[in-house]
Parts: sequence; C-alpha cells; structure tokens
Amino acid sequence: MGGKKNAVPQILPKIATGIPGFDELSHGGLPRYRTSLLKGGPGSGKTVFALQSIVNAARRRQEPGIFVAFEESTRQILANAASFDWGLPALARNKLFFLDAKLSPEVVHSGEFDLTGMLAMLKAKKEEIGAKWIVFDGIDVLLTLLQNPMSEMREIYRIRDWLADNEVNAAIITAKVDGDSSEIVNYGFLQFMVDCVVRFERRLEHGVALHRIQITKYRGSDFAAGEYPVSFGPAGMEVDAPEPTEIKQVASGERVSAGFERLDTMLGGGLFRGSSTLITGVPGTSKTTLAGKFVEAGCRRGERTLFVSFDESADRIARNLTSVGIHLKTHIKSGLLRMYSGRTETIGAEDHLVKLKALIREHRPRCMVIDPISAIAKAGGIAAARAVANRFIYLAKDEKITVMVTAINEGDVPETEATDLQISTIADTWIHLSYLIRSGERNRALTIIKSRGTWHSNQVRELVLSDAGPMLADVYTAGGEVLMGTLRWEKEGEERAKTTQRRAEFDRKRGELQVAEADTRARIKALQQDLERQRLELATYSSDNEARIVSSSDREQELRRIRSADPAGRAVNGTMPSLAKDRAYRGSGNSGRKNKKEARDAR
Amino acid sequence: MRGKKTKRSASSPAVTTVVVMRLYIANNAPNSLRAIANLEAICKEHLKGNFKLEIIDVLETPLRALADGILVTPSLAKMSPSPAAKIVGNLSDKSSVLHALGISVE
Repeated sequence: MGGKKNAVPQILPKIATGIPGFDELSHGGLPRYRTSLLKGGPGSGKTVFALQSIVNAARRRQEPGIFVAFEESTRQILANAASFDWGLPALARNKLFFLDAKLSPEVVHSGEFDLTGMLAMLKAKKEEIGAKWIVFDGIDVLLTLLQNPMSEMREIYRIRDWLADNEVNAAIITAKVDGDSSEIVNYGFLQFMVDCVVRFERRLEHGVALHRIQITKYRGSDFAAGEYPVSFGPAGMEVDAPEPTEIKQVASGERVSAGFERLDTMLGGGLFRGSSTLITGVPGTSKTTLAGKFVEAGCRRGERTLFVSFDESADRIARNLTSVGIHLKTHIKSGLLRMYSGRTETIGAEDHLVKLKALIREHRPRCMVIDPISAIAKAGGIAAARAVANRFIYLAKDEKITVMVTAINEGDVPETEATDLQISTIADTWIHLSYLIRSGERNRALTIIKSRGTWHSNQVRELVLSDAGPMLADVYTAGGEVLMGTLRWEKEGEERAKTTQRRAEFDRKRGELQVAEADTRARIKALQQDLERQRLELATYSSDNEARIVSSSDREQELRRIRSADPAGRAVNGTMPSLAKDRAYRGSGNSGRKNKKEARDAR
Repeated sequence: MRGKKTKRSASSPAVTTVVVMRLYIANNAPNSLRAIANLEAICKEHLKGNFKLEIIDVLETPLRALADGILVTPSLAKMSPSPAAKIVGNLSDKSSVLHALGISVE
C-alpha cells in the first residue's frame, strides 16, 4: 500500500465496501474520508456498487448513509434491488435515507439554479441521522440540466467543498459515461476532483452480457490495474479479483481415493489432497460415472463434497449414477453432498466462476466435481472461458479442495483437448477415456496421461461398468495391445482353460517326479546293500586266502620232508633253520606274513 | 400539460383569484437573489397584488424544504389555484414563469 508514495510514510486510510473482490483489487476498499467516482455506461453496475457499499456499511458497521438519486426514483431503486437479499426496505426505514433528487419532467425550468439549497438540506439530514456515507447517484443527470459548462463547473466545485466540509467515511459519485465521452462537459474535472475512479463496463460478447470493473485512478495507493469480471448474484455484486500472482499452495502428501481401488493403484496410491484432475473423453465414455465415484468416495470418508453439473439436472445425474452402483442420495440428504446444476447458455464464463465461488463459500467442500467444465465455454468467448477454467483450478488449489473436472473433447485423440480449454496443462492429473473399436466392439479405455509428482501406470485399461460400479478389468495384452471386451473375455476363458491344463500337467509331472525319486531311493538302498555285501565278501576273502597261503607253505615243507628231498641232516636241523635260511635268501622283510604273501605273489 | 394550462387561463382571463406561491431560496446566493428580484417584477406587473408569496430560506429550514420536496434552489412552488406547479431556476425566463403560473399575457 502507498507504494508509489514512499516519501509519505502514513498509509492512506481506506474503508471496505464489503463487495467481494473489490476490496482485494483496491487493497482495502475506497479511500476513507474521500470521494470516489464510479463511471460507466447505463446498466454497467454503478448504482448497484454504490448501493451495496452503503448497505454493507449500514448492516455490518451500523453506519447510516444517504443515497441521493438523481436518475431513478427511490421506488425504482428499491424495486431494482429487491432481487438482492439486502433487506433494503427495512434499512430504508431506519439506517439509510433516500433522497428522490430526480427533477420531475413537469418541473418548469426558468433560468439558472444551483445546489446550494440541496446541499444545505443534505447537511441537515446528515446531521439528523448521523450519516457516514453519501452517494450521489447519476450526478450527470443533474449536471446536464444546468445547460451551462460554467454552471456545471461551479456546482462540481460546490459539491467538492461540501464534501470537504461535511466529512463522511466515504462519498461516492456515480456518473454515466459512454465509452470515453460524457455529456458532462467538465467530466475531466470531475475525475480530477476525486481520489479514486472506478470504471464500469457492460458489453455484449456472443450475445452474453459481460460486466467489467477497472480501477483507473487511486490517489496515493497502488491497486490491481486491469479489467476484472463482475457478476451479480443474490448477495449482490461480486468482483472476480485476481488471484495472487505467486503460487503459494502447500503441496499435500496426503492421498485421497480417486473413486475405486484399481484406479488408485494405477495412480500410485490415489490423488493428492488438493490436486486437480482432468478427465477428458468423447461423450458416453463415462466421465460422469468416474466423477460420481470420486464424489461418493469423498462422502464415504465423511468429507463435504460439491458436485456441479451443467445442462443436466442433479436429480437425473443421481438417478443415472444409481444404475452403476453409485449412490449419492443418502449423502445429499445428510447434507454432506451438495449438487448444483447450472445452465450454460445464458451466462458468461465469469458469472460461472462467481457462482462457483459462492457455492464453495456456502458449502465449504473438500472435494469437488465440475461436470463438464467445458460447458463454461458455451456462452461468451473461449478466451474468457479458458481464463475462468484456469482461475477456478487455482482457486480450488488455494482452498485445498481436491477437484475433478471433466471435459468433452471431440475426436478420440486426447491431444485435441489442448486446443480447447487448456486445462490439461495446469491439471495435476489427466485421465483420458476413449472408445477402442476392435473386432466389431466399442469398449471404454482408460489412460492416465499424466499425474504430477507420483508414479502412475502407463497402461491403457478397460473400464467396465456394472451395477457394482465402475471397475478396471484385468489386463491382457496380445501382440502389445490390451485386450478388451469379447477379446478379453475370450482371453480370460482361454486363460482359465490354460490354468486348468497347467495344473493337470503339474500334477502329472509331480507324480512322475515322485515316482522317479522313490525309484532312485530304492536303487540307492539296493546299491548300499550291495556295497555292504561286497565289503563283507572282501573281508572274508582276504582272511581265507591268508589262511590258505600259510597252510600251503606248510604243506610244501611237509611234502618235501615226506619226499625226503632234503638231506637228513638238514632235516635233523629242524624246520627253523630252513626257515631262517629262506628268510635270509629273500632279503630283509618285516613280517613273516608279508614275506609269505610276496612269496605267493612271486609264484 | 402546457395545453391544459392554456385552456384554463383562457377560461379565467381576469386575475381575480389570488395566486399562492412559495419561493425557496438559499440565503443570498446569486441565483436566489436574482429569483426574488425576477419574481417581484413579475408579480408587480402581472398579478397586481393578487398574490401571496412566502419566501423560505432553505439554509435556515432545510428539513422543511426537504419535506416539501424541494431539490435545488431557487425553486418556486405554486400552491394554488390548481394545478400546482413547480419552477426551478432564477426565473429569468419570464414567459415560462407566466405560463407555469397560469397567467395569460395579452
């Protein structure tokens, strides 16, 4: 505030108008104790702005006000404001004073007049009711009656002096100005005299009236320059103030369900709280069903949820969703879910935004759906719709609302969405639904094109609707393509048959293996028995042989002796010397047994 | 409206009826002073004493003027004979004043 006048340390005092959005644009409202000029063409909203400001002051701060109506009668003003929920007739009885300052056409004009008397009366009235606000509505009507530039100038000065002498919290002067020209000759001076100038405009775009507001002057204060959309609702006027240029949303790590488990799995665990999801698809690809599922999941978590639909009644949507197992009626009854259906062809995109803002304020949802958001582009220009769509998504982010919007795109190429509202660039998650036609069938396919900050499945999945709700079918790929519909069904059947077959195969194989194993075991056992037997055999064989060798050498000696082949003397020497001689002959040996063996071998 | 008045004034050419008027002024504001002077001249010339004039200073009794439905000064209100008429301005355009007051000029 006061950025332009750094030399002046004091902050310019301001007073809030209570008009949503305007106090943000002007960084606090109108200049306090000063005069502001509202200029604009007929029906541009000047009177509503002025009236709403004093109504707000009277209702919220108990500050009485005076409304001097030069253009319309009090009756007309009250009738025009009857559509707003201000309780104006009651206020007009005690807090607000309306002066019918419209000169009747029956009044005869003869020569010059001035406002001295009127200002004296207003001063008296102001003191009587303690008015803190004053509005001169349609001052141009009065000034042009003066028919004289000099008189005009004089009366403008007179008003300025009066305002200087009779301090009010805020003074508002409205003047009809078409384009840049005005019937007031001293219009330039009027602008100079005031501290704040707000321009109003009403223009037609594609047959839809769009209202705009722009602060063109604010002495001693900075303000949001530029044109901002204005719309009118039951609470009065609302300015669509710009969102802060810096994005300050805190990213949440919390995940919420996108509607059902399999989709959450594909999204790596669900949607991030406060994120935005765009669902695109041609008509009939069940965008609404997905959105409905998301809404139902939100309600089941006990979260306040808002479902905004366009061109289709809430009742019909609820009924249609029931057929696919999504039940919203109980949540509507409990007040958790608010459904709102808007018409699109009658109002401009900005009015939609204001309406959405109002709904968000009223219902304070944590989850929200707009179905389809592309509807806002129906009336008015595409540029406006694009801006509104973007602003809405940022708004939802600021409010930490997890939002899901649907958009219809022509053709089955998701990229064409980019030419439409261009939401895809700012949405965090983008799910595309399409029809895949193969083998004479049309099946719904779901693709996650992007999902910021999370892993997500890259696979095209078949979306199947049943009375149990939407689900994503199992994936079968053949030749690199996901099978859907009958092909999938066939594949599933085939897969089942294969499984059975495989199981049988397995059982058989296992049996075989078991048999083989048993066989091997048996063989090992037999072999072990063999081994044992052979060991025994070997042992038996060895001892037998030794015994035989010993006995055979004895036998030889015996034989020699019997045959008397050796001399008698020798024979007298006995067996032993012969043995020793034998041993000596054969060289040294360790044991007799060994020698015997060697001897046997030698033989 | 204009035609109606012409008819009426034609039916009563004489100035036998008393014209009751109120002139709302803002103290000594130039236009107010001019209005007083202009009205006095008209009365003198055309009404010849057959009138009652009340001069009300809005600066002194603003709330009364407000109640009377006065907006700008100077304003002249013709109370009777009917129809009532209201003239705003310093009354420098004599013919329109005479017209509004229902005074026919020979």
